[in-house]
Amino acid sequence: MSTSDNNERVARCFREDGGRTVATLARAVRDLDLAEDALQDAYLAALERWPRDGFPARPSAWILATARNRAIDRLRRERAGREKLERLAALEPNAPSSESDEDPMGAVPDDRLGLIFACCHPALGIEARIALTLRTLAGLTVEEIADAFLVPHATMAQRLVRVKRKIRESVIPFDVPPAERLPERLDDVCTVLYLIFNEGYAATAGDRLVRRELCDEAIRFGRILAALMPQEPEVMGLLALMLYLDARRDARVAPDGTPVLLADQDREKWDRAKIAEADDLLARASRHHVPGPYQLQAAIAHLHVSAASASDVDWHAVAELYGHLERFTPSPVVALNRAVAIGFADGPAAALAALDALPRETLVPYHHYHVARADALERLGRGDEARASYAAALERAQNAAERAYLRTKLGSPA
Amino acid sequence: MKYMLLIYGPPQEREMTPEEWAESMPAWEAYGNALRERNALVDAAPLAGVNSATTVRVRDGQRLVTDGPFAETKEWLGGYYIIEAPTLDGALEAAAMCPGANYGSVEVRPIVDLG
Repeated sequence: MSTSDNNERVARCFREDGGRTVATLARAVRDLDLAEDALQDAYLAALERWPRDGFPARPSAWILATARNRAIDRLRRERAGREKLERLAALEPNAPSSESDEDPMGAVPDDRLGLIFACCHPALGIEARIALTLRTLAGLTVEEIADAFLVPHATMAQRLVRVKRKIRESVIPFDVPPAERLPERLDDVCTVLYLIFNEGYAATAGDRLVRRELCDEAIRFGRILAALMPQEPEVMGLLALMLYLDARRDARVAPDGTPVLLADQDREKWDRAKIAEADDLLARASRHHVPGPYQLQAAIAHLHVSAASASDVDWHAVAELYGHLERFTPSPVVALNRAVAIGFADGPAAALAALDALPRETLVPYHHYHVARADALERLGRGDEARASYAAALERAQNAAERAYLRTKLGSPA
Repeated sequence: MKYMLLIYGPPQEREMTPEEWAESMPAWEAYGNALRERNALVDAAPLAGVNSATTVRVRDGQRLVTDGPFAETKEWLGGYYIIEAPTLDGALEAAAMCPGANYGSVEVRPIVDLG
């Protein structure tokens, strides 16, 4: 085997199994840095030894066994507690697993679920959870994560160092929580995933409306979570929601970078495969008869994408679903969306009435509120008031693409 | 793994009366017993009221003694438990059972093992 062939094989092995192997090691030593260092040692050893000794029959098991031994060496050098050494020694990379036939990982256990719950532990700050999930589970580099969140590289590196130290010092477990804690902990996991997706989908700052790689990672991760927890309707709902939104991403930004409103989007550009996958997930989730906020939001997205055209959307049903959502997650933003849906169902006068019935003081800082009012006023032919509302929206919008859209509205009020 | 649970109470206008103290005791006793049954209790003690706090600093060899707690916060440290738990999750469960969690806050801090 040539060296370049081998390098390619090692790289593929790392891409496919790296996350799982880190999870298994981290669970044993409860220390992410040590797990990552030991895994890196193992891949370096593979680069050196596989060309000489031949490609192992089960590369993943070889990597895990080697990484485990390197971790033991490192722990011995640091004279760490016996307990960690015992847990490492108990790792049996060669024991056959029940699913080994169809499982490309062969004999290596899947501990990623425990790693997910550790990375999204409520004892960690929310920004740290997001950064750690992207670093550890998605395998993004520190620089990539820093760039995605527009913070200096050193700041992100420091954030990751601090959060890993907290996991180690506090002994945050790398386990799936017990049944009585599972709903709230799963909710924390879903929150982190959805925040990652949203950061990519509706970037709060920066010049691009979609930071695609974050959406891709959140969806890839949602698929893993749904596969590992196939009985959780909210996980299916979250994945369906992300897929529905992502299916429209090519249609929601014009070539010049400005946003295209849902009603004006070219439906030919929507990704039908993603929509079909989402439809299937939503149908499977609804069979559990346990509705939740992600399923409801996915159901709303479903109504949007399944209509033949924007004017065919069942806005009464959308408004009703927002009403249900408000009961799960009462928020002025959900109330705003409900008012907008009522407007589409019953016309701009109804929209304006619904908008003006909302608590104004909580919605004023939110630029979508002013956009919604401006739109209703414009459709009612109240141009001057519409302009004032667009101006109020422009004052508060942060995304450069949205600001450009609002400027054109102000330049030529219809 | 050892954790310290630091129990912080809300600001109080006055010290507890002996009657109030007596009334609160059974809940704390039950909590201590529950920890003992799990072999989780290492040590615990209530602290005298914050009015009794005295703070000492030594700067350039000079001893400075002042009245009052170290930090001027509204919440005050009322007592502590040192518990044994396999992971943070176990410590958080123990903290949530603490009677103080119902009216104040329980800060959970891992104890560094120097051994």
